[in-house]
Amino acid sequence: MIPMIDIRNAEKTFVMHLQDGIRLPVVRGVSFHVSAGECVVLSGPSGAGKSSILKMVFGNYRCDGGVIGVQHQGASIDIATAEPRQILGVRRHTIGYVSQFLRAVPRVAAIDVVAEPLLANGVERSEAQAKAGALLRRLNIPERLWKLPPSTFSGGEQQRVNIARGFISDLPILLLDEPTASLDAANRAVVVELVDEKKRAGVAMVAIVHDDDVRQLIADRLVDVTSFAAA
Amino acid sequence: MFDAARPRRDDDQPLLVADGLSKSFGRLQACRDVSFSLYPGEVLAIVGESGSGKSTLLQLLSAQMAPNAGSVSYRMRDGVLRDLAALGEAERRFLFRTDWGFVHQDAAMGLRMGVSAGANVGERLMAVGHNHYGKIRQTAASWLERVEISVDRIDDAPKTYSGGMRQRLQIARNLVTEPRLVFMDEPTGGLDVSVQARLLDMMRTLVSELGLAAIVVTHDLAVARLLSHRVMVMQGGRVIETGLTDQVLDDPHQPYTQLLVSSILPA
Amino acid sequence: MNAPTYNFAYLDEQTKRMIRRAILKAIAIPGYQVPFASREMPMPYGWGTGGVQVTAAILGPDDRLKVIDQGSDDTTNAISIRKFFEKTAGVATTTSTNDATVIQTRHRIPEAPLHGGQVLVYQVPIPEPLRFLEPRETETRRMHALEEYGLMHVKLYEDIARFGHIATAYAYPVKVNARYVMDPSPTPKFDNPKMDNSPALQLFGAGREKRIYAIPPYTSVVSLDFEDHPFTRYKNDACCALCGAGDSYLDEIVTDDKGGRMFVCSDTDFCETRQAQGHRGSENAGLPAEASHV
Repeated sequence: MIPMIDIRNAEKTFVMHLQDGIRLPVVRGVSFHVSAGECVVLSGPSGAGKSSILKMVFGNYRCDGGVIGVQHQGASIDIATAEPRQILGVRRHTIGYVSQFLRAVPRVAAIDVVAEPLLANGVERSEAQAKAGALLRRLNIPERLWKLPPSTFSGGEQQRVNIARGFISDLPILLLDEPTASLDAANRAVVVELVDEKKRAGVAMVAIVHDDDVRQLIADRLVDVTSFAAA
Repeated sequence: MFDAARPRRDDDQPLLVADGLSKSFGRLQACRDVSFSLYPGEVLAIVGESGSGKSTLLQLLSAQMAPNAGSVSYRMRDGVLRDLAALGEAERRFLFRTDWGFVHQDAAMGLRMGVSAGANVGERLMAVGHNHYGKIRQTAASWLERVEISVDRIDDAPKTYSGGMRQRLQIARNLVTEPRLVFMDEPTGGLDVSVQARLLDMMRTLVSELGLAAIVVTHDLAVARLLSHRVMVMQGGRVIETGLTDQVLDDPHQPYTQLLVSSILPA
Repeated sequence: MNAPTYNFAYLDEQTKRMIRRAILKAIAIPGYQVPFASREMPMPYGWGTGGVQVTAAILGPDDRLKVIDQGSDDTTNAISIRKFFEKTAGVATTTSTNDATVIQTRHRIPEAPLHGGQVLVYQVPIPEPLRFLEPRETETRRMHALEEYGLMHVKLYEDIARFGHIATAYAYPVKVNARYVMDPSPTPKFDNPKMDNSPALQLFGAGREKRIYAIPPYTSVVSLDFEDHPFTRYKNDACCALCGAGDSYLDEIVTDDKGGRMFVCSDTDFCETRQAQGHRGSENAGLPAEASHV
């Protein structure tokens, strides 16, 4: 079985030109793999580079060396050296990313924010909105809020909209950055359920979770990021 | 309303190819060796401060100015990639009116201010031979709706419109012929912040609904982040950094880019 | 006495040659505005200098010249120009449309159909049909060259949006030979169909703007319109009060200060010819021919 994600010796350093060119190494020698249907949780203290690794897989952070191999539409592609266009394609069809913060366009209604990944892939508007509504309902966002822009929501509500958007499409790889950070127990449970469903559907996941309980429930393997420390 | 058989965004053939574009005005090198490819459905932002060469680059890309070196090629509707410099003036003007759009920073430059909104939107259709008043008017009305201008303003001249409305009318006027590529020069410049937000959201929706490719020149990184997939950062006539928008804005590598990004005031 | 003598038809032969060359070019490209070196004439701009120069260039000693102004042979301007050519060319003049070989006209086409061998010379103030929409000469030249006439339809669209119908009543733009859009001079749109496929040669002279254009005989001239707002001829819904004609373009004449008015043929020759044939209108019903001149 070819792993969905295969990272070998990836590394990243920030060069802060505004601070006289200080070099801030983030990670080095990052190597691990993730197979379909399993959830790998990155563990380590704050600032160790967990988010950075996720962002490198997504192509948000550029990678200074090594290989970030991803199975995309039946072929292997190296995110570290891929063309920007290819990365766009990977994001559309293969990798989804649930970030810590919801960056939403000011005027768009919550239900449309959630439906957007489906709409972008050509799904009928009514069908997309129906699925979006179903997810929002599971995540306990009341229907009266669906037509409102999420910028007015509480932190937890925004996070749940974010999760709904991340989970709505059928992407084979999901990256989750603190998906339960601002949630209460009931909603944490819903997220764990959603992760389980994805696992059963064969989705490969990499997650950062600080909550020990949730980590125990979703992690199939732990990868300790401190072993990739570049300092 | 628009052709459902439009090429999908995963089209593998570039729509616009710039190769080594350079332009000088005397000793001033406004643009140096700019090269990139733009694909259908992609939005490319060109960011930089005043004097970076971005406006000149836009003029070169839209064939309104001839380069001193390099070329711009465009894939016509028949699939053939043609060097814009080789097109006759008639062809270029036709392209400009049908397959391309150009949204000016100052809406008055892209509209006929003394003529009604309906006529402004209908003009491109009439220019390619549409000859039925009723249908032209109906098309104009539906476009006004799409850009969120009240249809009962269809007979008013844009002289009577607010800045944001004029800009939206300009967009409607450009999109009525279903262009595949739209050039935008600081499309939200000079507008109130709330008006900008509304305009950007509308543009985002239209771009994605219509599968438009766009090149947006802006000094406002928020506009780039909201609208574009890719960004090119210009300084002193050169492209100093390029990549996916979130890459360049979240992980800037070049000193100038880092300066630009760090200068954004938090909301 | 040192009375000044004029070259035949006032203009010197070199000038006539230049104008004839321009006319030939204009005939070769129907509807296209040919620039020419308009001369100073003994009447100011706005008084028909373009038409006079064209007439002067084509007149020969055997021609019979008719001059009309708004359809009438006896307005001040018509008489002045006719006398000008009588004096400088010594040609025969006539008021009969049928008998004339060259007809110079300001703002009307005669009612009587023209025949082969006749030349109709129009006086044109602003030759450029797009001028009021696009003030830049550089731009209008490009538009004609590239056949970009969308703007013309914008004007028609605006009319319909504002007035419910195309409000242009005169100088109604036409497409000549399916290529150039042309301003027919400020003739009423009623006259537009007469330009189409005419056996006569139609020449247009604009002295101030220094342009000549032409419609060769039997050339198609189509008035611009929309499919759902087709071109209509407009005339007053009345008959001529003098000759009873119901199909000619009528002038409205105010007769008193109580709202009294009557409609009379604008084309005086046409009206008089009909009266001579015995036709009568409401004003002079029953009167013999001699007493019907107003």
